[in-house]
Amino acid sequence: MIDIRAVISIIIYILFTPMISSLISGIDRKVTARMQGRKGPKIMQPWYDLLKLFSKEAAVVNRIQKILIIAHFVFALGSGVILFGGGDLLLMLFSLTMAEVFLILASYSVNAAYSEIGAQRELLQMMSYEPMMLLCAVGFYLTTGSFYVSDIIRTSFAPIVTMPGFFIGFWFILIIKFRKSPFDLSTSHHAHQELIKGLTGDLSGRLYGFYELAELYEKVMMLAMVGLFFLYDNPVSIIYAVIAVGAVMFSMSLIDNIFPRVKWELLLKYSYIVTLFAGGANLLILSLFL
Amino acid sequence: MRVSKSPWLLHYDGSSCNGCDIEVLASTAPRFDVERFGIINTGNPKHADILLCTGGVNSQNKDVIRQIYDQMPDPKVVLACGICACDGGIFKDCYNILGGTDKVIPVDVYVPGCAVRPEALIDGVVKALEILDEKERAFKKEGKRSLTSSEYKALLEEKAGESETKEDTDASES
Ligand code: SF4
Repeated sequence: MIDIRAVISIIIYILFTPMISSLISGIDRKVTARMQGRKGPKIMQPWYDLLKLFSKEAAVVNRIQKILIIAHFVFALGSGVILFGGGDLLLMLFSLTMAEVFLILASYSVNAAYSEIGAQRELLQMMSYEPMMLLCAVGFYLTTGSFYVSDIIRTSFAPIVTMPGFFIGFWFILIIKFRKSPFDLSTSHHAHQELIKGLTGDLSGRLYGFYELAELYEKVMMLAMVGLFFLYDNPVSIIYAVIAVGAVMFSMSLIDNIFPRVKWELLLKYSYIVTLFAGGANLLILSLFL
Repeated sequence: MRVSKSPWLLHYDGSSCNGCDIEVLASTAPRFDVERFGIINTGNPKHADILLCTGGVNSQNKDVIRQIYDQMPDPKVVLACGICACDGGIFKDCYNILGGTDKVIPVDVYVPGCAVRPEALIDGVVKALEILDEKERAFKKEGKRSLTSSEYKALLEEKAGESETKEDTDASES
């Protein structure tokens, strides 16, 4: 049986995410600019960037690169479809991992120095956030008794009540996921030019556009995960979720602006410590007492 | 959608005195903030729409400039910033200096000044955006591409050959 509500939310997700996500990124850039005492770009600047990329010519290095980037995009989109369709959280995470793997392969395939360093660092980043992601899925299962998003949002209380540790851990890996300053090792936003854009260094024009589009979809997906901690069987909880998402986005901009980037050793150390103490402790308590 | 709404800029420093480079950086800092036009100072030629050159061209960096220019995807524009990038400036007579940026790649906008002021630089970028729009239209309609550096080189040699023969005939006439 096809669930009509799931279909509608999938369609809304696919159609409106690029716009909404651009708006979120635009606000992020504006807030960043204001923090630095600048005027900042227009609110919809990421949207213009995206449209521009699609109107430019793409210097495709080899044919496999093109296929891999499209696969990256399709899997990133697909994992969002699973999430918004109320599907299996684990499946969504694995699909997201697949998307990342395709991106890394695309970077390796061009055989260029900076892309390669970028790809290596991306692997390290994946290593550091993947355990926490999976732990979150387990946490949701222990709290609500199901991996299905459609069941998770129908519980009688907000999952954050029993999984604050998971939330802290997830918030931490979001910094890595959003490529924010202390941990934007593989590629970088704005004026940081250390690796000549590393991972994305050899993508141009339309191909880079696909990468950016996948990023936009992923961003909304991650924020939806944040919302998932707050949603329960009461429409009022949507307001809590929106407030939480806003707060998380603001904290991301803040952190981006006050911390210098770190080396990869520190990235691994910090993320494992947080995973162990926030996620692990919470998991222990949950599995002992629930 | 127009490229000029989100022009990404690549800054290349040839053999300059660094005066102009400081001014380029100054224009991305809070006081002048070029990001309000959507300009991002990217370090990657493959993402860039505008190539901003400062300083003259010497025999060592001429191939570097050519390579960077050729790696940029169409439509693209080149901005020569500072008098050094326009024609060699105070270094013009040095033995290693070939001249301005237009000795190796086609330049669309020349911004004079020593050092170029951020106001002039931003003005130049805005000029370049108009040209970028035109180029984008031509690129979309007729598939017209910018000259590659080797085509430009051939063009320059042809021109030089013409003027040489002209000078020859002038000389023989007198
Ligand atoms: S134009 Fe003047 S300030 Fe600029 S690089 Fe040349 S000498 Fe330096």
